[in-house]
Amino acid sequence: MRKRGAGLGLAGPPALVLGLTLAYPLALILGTARRGAGVLASGAFLAALLHTVAIALAATAGAMSLALVFALVLAFAPFPGGRACARVAETTIALPSFLIALALTFAYGSAGVVNGALAALFGPGGPRVDFLYSAWGVILAEITIYMPFVLRPLLATFDAIDRAQIEIAAGLGAGAGVILRRVILPAAVPALLAGGSLCLLLTLNEFGVVLFIGAKGVITLPVLVYDKAIQEFDYPAACAIASVNIGLALALFATYRLLLGRLAHDAVH
Amino acid sequence: MLFTERERHLVVAVFLGLFALIYGVPYALILAASLARAWNGVLPSGLTGAHFAALAGGADAASLSASLATAAMASLGALLLGLLAALGTRGLPRRGQAACDLLFFAPSAVPTVSIGLGLLVAFSRKPVLLNGTIGIVILAHLLIVFAYAYGGVRTGLARLPDGIEAMAESLGAGPWARFRRVTLPLLAPHLRGAAGLAVAMSMGELAATAMVYPPGWATLPLRIFALSDRGAVLDAAALTVVLASATFCVLGLLRK
Repeated sequence: MRKRGAGLGLAGPPALVLGLTLAYPLALILGTARRGAGVLASGAFLAALLHTVAIALAATAGAMSLALVFALVLAFAPFPGGRACARVAETTIALPSFLIALALTFAYGSAGVVNGALAALFGPGGPRVDFLYSAWGVILAEITIYMPFVLRPLLATFDAIDRAQIEIAAGLGAGAGVILRRVILPAAVPALLAGGSLCLLLTLNEFGVVLFIGAKGVITLPVLVYDKAIQEFDYPAACAIASVNIGLALALFATYRLLLGRLAHDAVH
Repeated sequence: MLFTERERHLVVAVFLGLFALIYGVPYALILAASLARAWNGVLPSGLTGAHFAALAGGADAASLSASLATAAMASLGALLLGLLAALGTRGLPRRGQAACDLLFFAPSAVPTVSIGLGLLVAFSRKPVLLNGTIGIVILAHLLIVFAYAYGGVRTGLARLPDGIEAMAESLGAGPWARFRRVTLPLLAPHLRGAAGLAVAMSMGELAATAMVYPPGWATLPLRIFALSDRGAVLDAAALTVVLASATFCVLGLLRK
Protein backbone atom coordinates (compact mmCIF):
# COMPACT_ATOMS: atom_id res chain seq x y z
CA MET A 1 0.00 0.00 0.00
CA ARG A 2 1.11 3.56 -0.78
CA LYS A 3 2.44 5.53 2.16
CA ARG A 4 0.02 8.33 2.93
CA GLY A 5 2.65 10.05 5.12
CA ALA A 6 4.21 11.29 1.87
CA GLY A 7 1.99 14.38 2.16
CA LEU A 8 3.67 15.57 5.35
CA GLY A 9 4.81 18.66 3.47
CA LEU A 10 1.20 19.88 3.51
CA ALA A 11 1.50 20.36 7.28
CA GLY A 12 4.40 22.77 6.66
CA PRO A 13 2.38 25.99 6.19
CA PRO A 14 0.23 25.54 9.34
CA ALA A 15 3.31 24.58 11.37
CA LEU A 16 5.10 27.68 10.06
CA VAL A 17 2.17 29.98 10.89
CA LEU A 18 1.87 28.53 14.41
CA GLY A 19 5.62 28.79 14.90
CA LEU A 20 5.83 32.44 13.84
CA THR A 21 2.63 33.74 15.44
CA LEU A 22 2.31 31.55 18.53
CA ALA A 23 5.56 29.80 19.49
CA TYR A 24 7.77 32.82 18.74
CA PRO A 25 5.55 35.27 20.71
CA LEU A 26 5.38 32.80 23.62
CA ALA A 27 9.18 32.56 23.59
CA LEU A 28 9.33 36.37 23.69
CA ILE A 29 6.97 36.33 26.69
CA LEU A 30 9.32 33.92 28.47
CA GLY A 31 12.31 36.08 27.56
CA THR A 32 10.63 39.28 28.80
CA ALA A 33 9.44 37.53 31.97
CA ARG A 34 12.94 37.60 33.48
CA ARG A 35 12.84 41.41 33.69
CA GLY A 36 9.49 41.30 35.49
CA ALA A 37 10.11 38.29 37.71
CA GLY A 38 9.96 40.52 40.81
CA VAL A 39 6.16 40.56 40.55
CA LEU A 40 6.10 36.83 41.28
CA ALA A 41 6.99 37.58 44.91
CA SER A 42 4.15 40.11 45.28
CA GLY A 43 1.04 39.47 47.34
CA ALA A 44 -1.18 40.31 44.36
CA PHE A 45 0.35 37.51 42.28
CA LEU A 46 0.24 34.94 45.07
CA ALA A 47 -3.39 35.80 45.83
CA ALA A 48 -4.27 35.51 42.12
CA LEU A 49 -2.49 32.16 41.86
CA LEU A 50 -4.34 30.86 44.91
CA HIS A 51 -7.70 32.15 43.61
CA THR A 52 -7.10 30.69 40.14
CA VAL A 53 -6.25 27.21 41.41
CA ALA A 54 -8.95 27.16 44.12
CA ILE A 55 -11.69 28.38 41.77
CA ALA A 56 -10.63 25.97 39.00
CA LEU A 57 -10.59 22.99 41.39
CA ALA A 58 -13.93 23.89 42.98
CA ALA A 59 -15.64 24.57 39.64
CA THR A 60 -14.26 21.34 38.16
CA ALA A 61 -15.40 19.28 41.16
CA GLY A 62 -18.81 20.93 40.92
CA ALA A 63 -19.09 20.37 37.17
CA MET A 64 -18.07 16.72 37.53
CA SER A 65 -20.61 16.09 40.32
CA LEU A 66 -23.43 17.84 38.49
CA ALA A 67 -22.62 16.05 35.23
CA LEU A 68 -22.56 12.70 37.03
CA VAL A 69 -26.00 13.30 38.56
CA PHE A 70 -27.43 14.57 35.26
CA ALA A 71 -25.94 11.71 33.25
CA LEU A 72 -27.20 9.08 35.72
CA VAL A 73 -30.74 10.44 35.46
CA LEU A 74 -30.67 10.85 31.67
CA ALA A 75 -29.20 7.38 31.08
CA PHE A 76 -30.94 5.27 33.74
CA ALA A 77 -34.23 7.11 34.31
CA PRO A 78 -34.91 8.18 30.72
CA PHE A 79 -37.93 10.37 30.10
CA PRO A 80 -39.33 12.14 27.02
CA GLY A 81 -37.40 15.34 26.43
CA GLY A 82 -34.43 14.22 28.48
CA ARG A 83 -32.01 14.23 25.59
CA ALA A 84 -33.35 17.62 24.50
CA CYS A 85 -32.31 18.90 27.94
CA ALA A 86 -28.78 17.60 27.32
CA ARG A 87 -28.72 19.46 24.01
CA VAL A 88 -29.93 22.70 25.66
CA ALA A 89 -27.08 22.42 28.17
CA GLU A 90 -24.65 21.82 25.30
CA THR A 91 -25.67 25.03 23.49
CA THR A 92 -24.00 26.80 26.43
CA ILE A 93 -20.71 25.74 24.83
CA ALA A 94 -21.57 27.67 21.66
CA LEU A 95 -22.35 30.84 23.59
CA PRO A 96 -19.82 33.19 25.21
CA SER A 97 -19.04 32.32 28.82
CA PHE A 98 -19.87 35.79 30.09
CA LEU A 99 -23.53 35.30 29.07
CA ILE A 100 -24.04 33.08 32.11
CA ALA A 101 -22.19 35.55 34.34
CA LEU A 102 -24.45 38.37 33.11
CA ALA A 103 -27.53 36.20 33.64
CA LEU A 104 -26.49 35.37 37.19
CA THR A 105 -26.26 39.09 38.03
CA PHE A 106 -29.92 39.40 36.97
CA ALA A 107 -30.80 36.47 39.24
CA TYR A 108 -28.59 36.90 42.31
CA GLY A 109 -27.01 40.35 41.84
CA SER A 110 -27.63 43.20 44.28
CA ALA A 111 -30.50 44.46 42.05
CA GLY A 112 -31.48 40.97 40.90
CA VAL A 113 -34.67 38.96 41.17
CA VAL A 114 -33.82 37.13 44.41
CA ASN A 115 -32.82 40.27 46.29
CA GLY A 116 -35.85 42.06 44.81
CA ALA A 117 -38.12 39.32 46.14
CA LEU A 118 -36.47 39.39 49.58
CA ALA A 119 -36.81 43.18 49.72
CA ALA A 120 -40.50 42.88 48.79
CA LEU A 121 -41.03 40.31 51.55
CA PHE A 122 -38.94 41.77 54.36
CA GLY A 123 -38.79 45.45 53.49
CA PRO A 124 -35.96 47.48 51.99
CA GLY A 125 -32.39 46.92 53.09
CA GLY A 126 -28.99 46.11 51.66
CA PRO A 127 -28.69 43.10 49.39
CA ARG A 128 -29.47 40.06 51.54
CA VAL A 129 -27.95 37.61 49.07
CA ASP A 130 -24.50 38.71 47.97
CA PHE A 131 -22.50 35.52 47.37
CA LEU A 132 -22.34 36.41 43.66
CA TYR A 133 -19.62 39.01 44.18
CA SER A 134 -17.23 36.50 45.67
CA ALA A 135 -15.35 33.44 44.44
CA TRP A 136 -18.64 31.52 44.84
CA GLY A 137 -20.30 33.53 42.09
CA VAL A 138 -17.44 32.74 39.71
CA ILE A 139 -17.56 29.06 40.70
CA LEU A 140 -21.34 28.82 40.17
CA ALA A 141 -21.06 30.40 36.72
CA GLU A 142 -18.16 28.14 35.70
CA ILE A 143 -19.98 24.99 36.86
CA THR A 144 -22.91 25.96 34.63
CA ILE A 145 -20.67 26.71 31.65
CA TYR A 146 -18.32 23.72 31.82
CA MET A 147 -20.66 20.93 33.02
CA PRO A 148 -21.54 19.93 29.41
CA PHE A 149 -17.86 19.09 28.74
CA VAL A 150 -18.17 16.26 31.31
CA LEU A 151 -21.79 15.38 30.54
CA ARG A 152 -21.12 14.46 26.92
CA PRO A 153 -18.44 11.76 27.48
CA LEU A 154 -20.34 10.45 30.53
CA LEU A 155 -23.56 9.98 28.56
CA ALA A 156 -21.64 8.20 25.80
CA THR A 157 -20.12 5.86 28.42
CA PHE A 158 -23.44 5.15 30.16
CA ASP A 159 -25.21 4.50 26.85
CA ALA A 160 -22.58 1.86 26.11
CA ILE A 161 -23.14 -0.04 29.37
CA ASP A 162 -24.96 -3.29 28.66
CA ARG A 163 -28.41 -3.00 30.24
CA ALA A 164 -28.55 -6.79 30.66
CA GLN A 165 -25.59 -6.56 33.02
CA ILE A 166 -27.62 -4.29 35.30
CA GLU A 167 -30.73 -6.44 35.06
CA ILE A 168 -28.77 -9.56 35.97
CA ALA A 169 -27.20 -7.79 38.94
CA ALA A 170 -30.66 -6.60 40.04
CA GLY A 171 -32.05 -10.11 39.50
CA LEU A 172 -29.35 -11.51 41.78
CA GLY A 173 -30.62 -9.18 44.47
CA ALA A 174 -28.15 -6.31 44.14
CA GLY A 175 -29.69 -3.00 45.27
CA ALA A 176 -29.37 0.23 43.33
CA GLY A 177 -26.49 1.33 45.60
CA VAL A 178 -24.47 -1.80 44.90
CA ILE A 179 -25.09 -1.62 41.13
CA LEU A 180 -24.02 2.04 41.18
CA ARG A 181 -20.82 1.30 43.11
CA ARG A 182 -19.85 -1.94 41.41
CA VAL A 183 -20.99 -1.51 37.81
CA ILE A 184 -21.79 2.07 36.86
CA LEU A 185 -19.23 4.21 38.70
CA PRO A 186 -16.16 2.14 37.70
CA ALA A 187 -17.27 2.47 34.08
CA ALA A 188 -17.66 6.24 34.52
CA VAL A 189 -14.13 6.90 35.83
CA PRO A 190 -12.34 7.36 32.46
CA ALA A 191 -15.00 9.75 31.11
CA LEU A 192 -15.05 11.66 34.40
CA LEU A 193 -11.27 12.04 34.37
CA ALA A 194 -11.08 13.09 30.72
CA GLY A 195 -13.98 15.55 30.98
CA GLY A 196 -12.74 16.78 34.35
CA SER A 197 -9.22 17.53 33.18
CA LEU A 198 -10.57 19.43 30.18
CA CYS A 199 -12.77 21.36 32.63
CA LEU A 200 -9.77 22.13 34.84
CA LEU A 201 -7.83 23.46 31.85
CA LEU A 202 -10.70 25.69 30.70
CA THR A 203 -11.46 27.02 34.20
CA LEU A 204 -7.76 27.82 34.79
CA ASN A 205 -7.83 29.99 31.66
CA GLU A 206 -11.30 31.52 32.15
CA PHE A 207 -11.37 35.29 31.76
CA GLY A 208 -14.83 36.57 30.81
CA VAL A 209 -16.69 35.24 33.83
CA VAL A 210 -14.28 36.78 36.32
CA LEU A 211 -14.31 40.10 34.46
CA PHE A 212 -18.12 40.27 34.20
CA ILE A 213 -18.86 39.29 37.78
CA GLY A 214 -16.24 41.85 38.76
CA ALA A 215 -16.00 40.63 42.34
CA LYS A 216 -13.68 42.80 44.36
CA GLY A 217 -10.74 40.77 45.60
CA VAL A 218 -11.34 37.90 43.16
CA ILE A 219 -8.52 38.35 40.65
CA THR A 220 -7.28 35.32 38.72
CA LEU A 221 -4.06 34.95 36.73
CA PRO A 222 -5.55 35.78 33.29
CA VAL A 223 -7.26 38.89 34.71
CA LEU A 224 -4.03 39.93 36.45
CA VAL A 225 -2.14 39.58 33.14
CA TYR A 226 -4.74 41.83 31.49
CA ASP A 227 -4.56 44.39 34.33
CA LYS A 228 -0.75 44.57 34.27
CA ALA A 229 -0.50 44.86 30.47
CA ILE A 230 -3.50 46.99 29.55
CA GLN A 231 -4.20 49.07 32.68
CA GLU A 232 -0.64 49.53 33.99
CA PHE A 233 1.41 49.09 30.77
CA ASP A 234 3.80 46.92 32.82
CA TYR A 235 4.67 44.37 30.14
CA PRO A 236 7.56 42.63 31.94
CA ALA A 237 5.31 41.90 34.95
CA ALA A 238 2.46 40.78 32.66
CA CYS A 239 4.89 38.44 30.87
CA ALA A 240 6.16 36.97 34.15
CA ILE A 241 2.61 36.21 35.32
CA ALA A 242 1.60 34.94 31.87
CA SER A 243 4.58 32.54 31.89
CA VAL A 244 3.32 30.92 35.09
CA ASN A 245 -0.21 30.74 33.66
CA ILE A 246 1.01 29.23 30.37
CA GLY A 247 3.23 26.72 32.20
CA LEU A 248 0.32 25.57 34.36
CA ALA A 249 -1.99 25.26 31.36
CA LEU A 250 0.48 23.39 29.15
CA ALA A 251 1.39 20.94 31.93
CA LEU A 252 -2.29 20.21 32.46
CA PHE A 253 -2.82 19.92 28.70
CA ALA A 254 -0.02 17.33 28.41
CA THR A 255 -1.63 15.34 31.23
CA TYR A 256 -5.00 15.53 29.48
CA ARG A 257 -3.59 14.29 26.15
CA LEU A 258 -1.75 11.49 27.93
CA LEU A 259 -4.98 10.47 29.65
CA LEU A 260 -6.90 10.58 26.34
CA GLY A 261 -4.23 8.43 24.67
CA ARG A 262 -4.38 5.93 27.54
CA LEU A 263 -8.19 5.80 27.28
CA ALA A 264 -8.14 5.25 23.51
CA HIS A 265 -5.49 2.56 24.01
CA ASP A 266 -7.61 0.82 26.68
CA ALA A 267 -10.68 1.03 24.46
CA VAL A 268 -8.85 -0.78 21.64
CA HIS A 269 -7.33 -3.53 23.80
CA MET B 1 -33.46 -1.50 36.43
CA LEU B 2 -31.83 1.02 38.68
CA PHE B 3 -34.95 2.77 39.95
CA THR B 4 -38.43 1.61 40.91
CA GLU B 5 -41.27 3.40 39.14
CA ARG B 6 -41.93 5.74 42.09
CA GLU B 7 -38.28 6.57 42.52
CA ARG B 8 -38.01 7.26 38.82
CA HIS B 9 -40.74 9.92 38.95
CA LEU B 10 -39.10 11.57 41.93
CA VAL B 11 -35.66 11.52 40.30
CA VAL B 12 -36.99 13.01 37.06
CA ALA B 13 -38.87 15.74 38.96
CA VAL B 14 -35.74 16.72 40.90
CA PHE B 15 -33.71 16.68 37.68
CA LEU B 16 -36.18 18.93 35.86
CA GLY B 17 -36.24 21.40 38.75
CA LEU B 18 -32.46 21.56 38.94
CA PHE B 19 -32.11 21.77 35.17
CA ALA B 20 -34.61 24.61 34.88
CA LEU B 21 -32.85 26.50 37.68
CA ILE B 22 -29.37 26.12 36.17
CA TYR B 23 -30.00 26.26 32.42
CA GLY B 24 -33.53 27.61 31.98
CA VAL B 25 -33.45 30.61 34.33
CA PRO B 26 -30.26 32.27 32.94
CA TYR B 27 -31.52 32.31 29.34
CA ALA B 28 -34.99 33.44 30.42
CA LEU B 29 -33.53 36.28 32.50
CA ILE B 30 -31.29 37.57 29.68
CA LEU B 31 -34.26 37.55 27.31
CA ALA B 32 -36.55 39.24 29.86
CA ALA B 33 -33.92 41.89 30.66
CA SER B 34 -33.41 42.67 26.98
CA LEU B 35 -37.12 43.51 26.72
CA ALA B 36 -37.57 45.19 30.11
CA ARG B 37 -38.48 48.89 30.38
CA ALA B 38 -36.85 48.95 33.82
CA TRP B 39 -36.03 46.21 36.30
CA ASN B 40 -35.70 47.18 39.93
CA GLY B 41 -38.02 44.76 41.71
CA VAL B 42 -38.90 41.11 41.32
CA LEU B 43 -40.34 41.52 37.84
CA PRO B 44 -39.47 43.93 35.05
CA SER B 45 -41.80 46.92 34.85
CA GLY B 46 -43.29 46.72 31.38
CA LEU B 47 -41.96 45.54 28.05
CA THR B 48 -40.19 47.59 25.43
CA GLY B 49 -38.29 47.06 22.23
CA ALA B 50 -36.32 50.25 22.87
CA HIS B 51 -33.08 48.47 23.78
CA PHE B 52 -33.04 46.69 20.44
CA ALA B 53 -34.06 49.84 18.55
CA ALA B 54 -31.18 51.69 20.21
CA LEU B 55 -28.75 49.11 18.84
CA ALA B 56 -29.68 49.81 15.24
CA GLY B 57 -27.13 52.59 14.68
CA GLY B 58 -23.71 53.58 15.89
CA ALA B 59 -21.20 51.62 17.88
CA ASP B 60 -23.40 48.58 18.50
CA ALA B 61 -24.18 47.95 14.85
CA ALA B 62 -20.49 48.48 14.06
CA SER B 63 -19.52 45.90 16.68
CA LEU B 64 -21.86 43.34 15.11
CA SER B 65 -20.22 43.74 11.72
CA ALA B 66 -16.74 43.72 13.32
CA SER B 67 -17.61 40.44 15.08
CA LEU B 68 -19.05 38.82 11.95
CA ALA B 69 -16.13 39.91 9.76
CA THR B 70 -13.54 38.77 12.32
CA ALA B 71 -15.26 35.42 12.82
CA ALA B 72 -15.57 34.81 9.07
CA MET B 73 -11.95 35.60 8.24
CA ALA B 74 -10.43 33.89 11.29
CA SER B 75 -12.56 30.75 10.82
CA LEU B 76 -11.81 30.54 7.12
CA GLY B 77 -8.08 30.88 7.76
CA ALA B 78 -8.13 28.37 10.60
CA LEU B 79 -10.14 25.90 8.54
CA LEU B 80 -7.71 26.14 5.62
CA LEU B 81 -4.66 25.70 7.86
CA GLY B 82 -6.41 22.96 9.85
CA LEU B 83 -7.26 21.12 6.64
CA LEU B 84 -3.62 21.27 5.50
CA ALA B 85 -2.37 20.13 8.90
CA ALA B 86 -4.82 17.24 9.11
CA LEU B 87 -4.18 16.11 5.51
CA GLY B 88 -0.43 16.35 5.97
CA THR B 89 -0.22 14.35 9.20
CA ARG B 90 -2.73 11.75 8.06
CA GLY B 91 -1.52 8.17 7.80
CA LEU B 92 1.50 8.77 10.01
CA PRO B 93 2.45 5.95 12.40
CA ARG B 94 0.64 6.10 15.74
CA ARG B 95 3.46 7.80 17.64
CA GLY B 96 4.04 10.37 14.91
CA GLN B 97 0.33 11.12 14.80
CA ALA B 98 0.23 11.56 18.59
CA ALA B 99 3.17 13.98 18.46
CA CYS B 100 1.50 16.03 15.70
CA ASP B 101 -1.76 16.05 17.66
CA LEU B 102 0.09 17.36 20.69
CA LEU B 103 1.55 20.14 18.54
CA PHE B 104 -1.63 21.12 16.70
CA PHE B 105 -3.97 20.88 19.69
CA ALA B 106 -1.61 22.80 21.99
CA PRO B 107 -2.86 26.27 20.88
CA SER B 108 -6.22 25.47 22.49
CA ALA B 109 -4.46 25.07 25.86
CA VAL B 110 -2.64 28.41 25.85
CA PRO B 111 -4.59 30.96 27.93
CA THR B 112 -6.21 33.32 25.41
CA VAL B 113 -5.07 36.40 27.33
CA SER B 114 -1.50 35.19 26.83
CA ILE B 115 -2.07 34.67 23.11
CA GLY B 116 -3.06 38.34 22.97
CA LEU B 117 -0.10 39.38 25.13
CA GLY B 118 2.31 37.41 22.93
CA LEU B 119 1.03 39.10 19.77
CA LEU B 120 1.41 42.52 21.41
CA VAL B 121 4.97 41.78 22.52
CA ALA B 122 6.03 40.27 19.19
CA PHE B 123 4.31 42.52 16.66
CA SER B 124 4.36 46.00 18.19
CA ARG B 125 7.62 46.89 16.43
CA LYS B 126 9.14 46.70 12.98
CA PRO B 127 9.64 44.74 10.80
CA VAL B 128 6.14 43.31 11.39
CA LEU B 129 3.98 46.00 12.91
CA LEU B 130 0.54 44.49 13.49
CA ASN B 131 -0.40 46.25 16.73
CA GLY B 132 -3.16 48.77 16.09
CA THR B 133 -4.44 46.98 12.98
CA ILE B 134 -7.48 44.79 12.43
CA GLY B 135 -5.09 42.05 11.33
CA ILE B 136 -3.90 41.44 14.89
CA VAL B 137 -7.49 40.74 16.04
CA ILE B 138 -8.08 38.31 13.18
CA LEU B 139 -4.74 36.59 13.83
CA ALA B 140 -5.55 36.20 17.55
CA HIS B 141 -8.94 34.65 16.73
CA LEU B 142 -7.39 32.38 14.10
CA LEU B 143 -4.90 31.03 16.65
CA ILE B 144 -7.67 30.48 19.21
CA VAL B 145 -9.98 28.53 16.89
CA PHE B 146 -7.26 26.69 14.93
CA ALA B 147 -7.14 23.61 17.18
CA TYR B 148 -10.90 23.14 16.89
CA ALA B 149 -10.77 23.39 13.10
CA TYR B 150 -7.90 20.89 13.00
CA GLY B 151 -9.74 18.54 15.37
CA GLY B 152 -12.92 18.68 13.27
CA VAL B 153 -11.13 17.92 9.99
CA ARG B 154 -9.05 15.20 11.64
CA THR B 155 -12.14 13.43 12.97
CA GLY B 156 -13.74 13.70 9.53
CA LEU B 157 -10.71 12.21 7.80
CA ALA B 158 -10.58 9.33 10.29
CA ARG B 159 -14.20 8.49 9.49
CA LEU B 160 -13.85 8.38 5.70
CA PRO B 161 -14.93 4.98 4.37
CA ASP B 162 -11.94 2.62 4.23
CA GLY B 163 -10.24 2.33 0.87
CA ILE B 164 -12.56 4.68 -1.02
CA GLU B 165 -9.68 6.94 -2.04
CA ALA B 166 -7.56 3.97 -3.08
CA MET B 167 -10.52 2.85 -5.20
CA ALA B 168 -10.64 6.26 -6.91
CA GLU B 169 -6.92 6.02 -7.51
CA SER B 170 -7.20 2.58 -9.07
CA LEU B 171 -9.85 4.03 -11.39
CA GLY B 172 -7.23 6.46 -12.62
CA ALA B 173 -8.01 9.60 -10.62
CA GLY B 174 -4.96 11.80 -9.97
CA PRO B 175 -4.25 13.18 -6.48
CA TRP B 176 -6.04 16.51 -7.09
CA ALA B 177 -9.10 14.94 -8.73
CA ARG B 178 -9.23 12.38 -5.95
CA PHE B 179 -9.16 15.14 -3.33
CA ARG B 180 -11.71 17.37 -5.09
CA ARG B 181 -14.15 14.66 -6.19
CA VAL B 182 -13.90 12.11 -3.38
CA THR B 183 -12.23 13.37 -0.19
CA LEU B 184 -13.66 16.90 -0.08
CA PRO B 185 -17.34 15.99 -0.65
CA LEU B 186 -17.15 13.25 1.99
CA LEU B 187 -15.43 15.67 4.34
CA ALA B 188 -17.93 18.50 3.78
CA PRO B 189 -20.23 17.81 6.77
CA HIS B 190 -17.23 17.75 9.12
CA LEU B 191 -15.84 20.93 7.57
CA ARG B 192 -19.19 22.64 8.13
CA GLY B 193 -19.30 21.42 11.73
CA ALA B 194 -15.75 22.63 12.36
CA ALA B 195 -16.56 25.98 10.76
CA GLY B 196 -19.63 26.33 12.99
CA LEU B 197 -17.61 25.67 16.13
CA ALA B 198 -14.90 28.10 15.01
CA VAL B 199 -17.41 30.86 14.25
CA ALA B 200 -19.21 30.35 17.57
CA MET B 201 -15.94 30.52 19.53
CA SER B 202 -14.73 33.56 17.64
CA MET B 203 -18.04 35.42 18.08
CA GLY B 204 -17.83 34.96 21.86
CA GLU B 205 -14.10 35.62 22.25
CA LEU B 206 -13.36 38.31 24.83
CA ALA B 207 -9.95 37.85 26.49
CA ALA B 208 -7.50 38.05 23.59
CA THR B 209 -9.63 40.65 21.81
CA ALA B 210 -9.57 42.88 24.90
CA MET B 211 -5.77 42.72 24.78
CA VAL B 212 -5.22 43.55 21.09
CA TYR B 213 -8.22 45.39 19.57
CA PRO B 214 -7.54 48.70 17.82
CA PRO B 215 -9.91 51.67 18.18
CA GLY B 216 -12.94 51.25 15.91
CA TRP B 217 -12.83 47.44 15.92
CA ALA B 218 -14.60 46.64 19.22
CA THR B 219 -16.32 43.27 18.80
CA LEU B 220 -19.72 42.42 20.32
CA PRO B 221 -18.33 40.89 23.56
CA LEU B 222 -16.20 44.01 24.18
CA ARG B 223 -19.19 46.26 23.55
CA ILE B 224 -21.37 44.14 25.86
CA PHE B 225 -18.76 44.39 28.59
CA ALA B 226 -18.49 48.16 28.15
CA LEU B 227 -22.30 48.51 28.47
CA SER B 228 -22.53 46.24 31.50
CA ASP B 229 -19.52 47.94 33.15
CA ARG B 230 -21.14 51.35 32.93
CA GLY B 231 -24.40 50.00 34.40
CA ALA B 232 -26.45 49.80 31.18
CA VAL B 233 -27.23 46.15 31.93
CA LEU B 234 -30.52 46.04 30.00
CA ASP B 235 -28.78 47.29 26.84
CA ALA B 236 -26.02 44.74 27.52
CA ALA B 237 -28.67 42.00 27.73
CA ALA B 238 -30.22 43.12 24.41
CA LEU B 239 -26.82 43.09 22.71
CA THR B 240 -26.16 39.62 24.20
CA VAL B 241 -29.42 38.42 22.62
CA VAL B 242 -28.19 39.86 19.31
CA LEU B 243 -24.88 38.01 19.73
CA ALA B 244 -26.58 34.70 20.52
CA SER B 245 -29.05 35.10 17.62
CA ALA B 246 -26.27 35.99 15.16
CA THR B 247 -24.27 32.95 16.31
CA PHE B 248 -27.25 30.62 15.90
CA CYS B 249 -28.04 32.11 12.46
CA VAL B 250 -24.50 31.36 11.27
CA LEU B 251 -24.64 27.87 12.79
CA GLY B 252 -28.00 27.26 11.06
CA LEU B 253 -26.65 28.45 7.70
CA LEU B 254 -23.63 26.16 8.03
CA ARG B 255 -25.78 23.18 8.94
CA LYS B 256 -27.85 23.44 5.74
